[in-house]
Amino acid sequence: MQKIEAVIQPSKLDAVKDALLEVGIEGMTILEARGHGRQKGHTEFYRGREYTVDLLPKIKIEMVVRDEIAEKAIQAIVSSARTGKIGDGKIFVSKIDEAIRIRNDERGPSAL
Amino acid sequence: MRPRRFLLPLPLLLLAAPAALAQSPAAPAISSGDNAWMLTSAALVLLMTGPGLALFYGGLVRRKNVLATMMQSFAMMCIVTVLWALFTYSLAFGPGNAFIGGFHYAFLHHVGLAPDPDYSSTIPAQTYMIYQLMFAIITPALICGAFAERMKFSAMCLFLSLWTIVVYSPMAHMVWGKGGFLNAALGGSVPCLDFAGGTVVHITSGVSALVCALYLGKRVGYPKEPAPPHSVVLSFIGACLLWVGWFGFNAGSALAASGLATSAFVNTQFATATAAISWCIAEWIRNGKPSALGAISGAVAGLVAITPASGFVQPMPALIIGAVAGAFCYLMVTLVKSFFGYDDSLDAFGVHGAGGTIGALLTGFFATTVINPIYGPGKPTGAADGNWHQVLNQLVGVAIAWGLAIVGTLILLKLVDMLIGLRVTREQEIEGLDVTQHGEEGYDFGS
Repeated sequence: MQKIEAVIQPSKLDAVKDALLEVGIEGMTILEARGHGRQKGHTEFYRGREYTVDLLPKIKIEMVVRDEIAEKAIQAIVSSARTGKIGDGKIFVSKIDEAIRIRNDERGPSAL
Repeated sequence: MRPRRFLLPLPLLLLAAPAALAQSPAAPAISSGDNAWMLTSAALVLLMTGPGLALFYGGLVRRKNVLATMMQSFAMMCIVTVLWALFTYSLAFGPGNAFIGGFHYAFLHHVGLAPDPDYSSTIPAQTYMIYQLMFAIITPALICGAFAERMKFSAMCLFLSLWTIVVYSPMAHMVWGKGGFLNAALGGSVPCLDFAGGTVVHITSGVSALVCALYLGKRVGYPKEPAPPHSVVLSFIGACLLWVGWFGFNAGSALAASGLATSAFVNTQFATATAAISWCIAEWIRNGKPSALGAISGAVAGLVAITPASGFVQPMPALIIGAVAGAFCYLMVTLVKSFFGYDDSLDAFGVHGAGGTIGALLTGFFATTVINPIYGPGKPTGAADGNWHQVLNQLVGVAIAWGLAIVGTLILLKLVDMLIGLRVTREQEIEGLDVTQHGEEGYDFGS
């Protein structure tokens, strides 16, 4: 089982969700996040004082998938979230030790 | 057997009886138009504090302090009312000497439904009293902008209650009260033209605010840590309520539904518009973009500056006064504040102290007998009529306001500091005043 964490632009959320649904992934967690990589922020002015805002709004998608479809999931995210500009985001993949379904205590890949 | 409902109010009637006996019967000289306008104006001025100022200031602070900030305005609405009813109306508007009234009107004795001809012969004395109360409420509330996000609620209540007695009442008495030293309408020694409170309200509160900011010191993290407004939307709504409410503040100061009220209304609108434009132009030049916060701040600066002038100047000069105030206050709030480094958190001094000062001085220049023959028919009013001496009188009024504000505020701050301490602890300040002073959170979107 693999955990896929993708930080993407908020405006791409709908496209990414649709693409994931098409490859058969229905379970995911969406978080509102702030952050930046190489993307610069912007300045705001309040009563003449300058504030640099370098934490930009992002969306983080987390999902745990079976090893066989991990690569399909990654491709779905990349193709739907990419614009070609700085700020597109990143995907991180890690191994998951166990998954448990709370409803009936089912364990392992069938719990996903 | 069920208690008879109609018997319930009887005890209240017993309380009211002595007051009813002390009141004179309503005199026939009351104008229903004047009274209707004045009561409406009183309501408009209260609206300026709640929720106008509460929202304006509330939006400018960080989320963790929003309720505490609004509570400060609300506390003034309650506490000042009680003080006014008991004795501060008497100190401000009762007969006394040139600097303070006495206790003749304490507990509103002699303040009934008959007009008080010194102030207005066409409205009940209590209408005048309740109208003036709304000014007494907003003045200390304005000061809260200077010590936002770091003052103890208990200390604020005590300090501003004492301030109402020691600073506001004498200043109001001098400019508007019977026999007041600066009262242009009632033969004061140094007649100062202040139609709706440029000196009484804005200079006293603005300068006191500066003293508070300097005495209390900067907020934790100021100026390095950014503390941008948590909701310019709330401030925007508050500012618009201030603008509309200010028609009661200025036009109501005509004390009648008269042509003078119209002049003040028109001048108020004109000055506010040019001030907002002026601030926006200044921002556009300096920062490349005009901001919403700048526009509403400019509007407030214009409202402040036109306050003393509203019932004395022609409409075209009102446009000029606004334009000057917008740019002047913008410079005070940006350049001057950052140069000296004081933490006047919500710019009470930069907008009210500075705007009130420039407005009071410009009043001396532009006041004209055409709008307001306050010294008698045909007699010159301000420099526009050739009475340049009026500008000097304005300076005296401004100086007295500054002096009283500085001395009174310093003494009271020291006193309250010694008694109960003024500032919250560093930990409380970081955690936020809503939770530490009031046990509440302003927003809970999770539930």
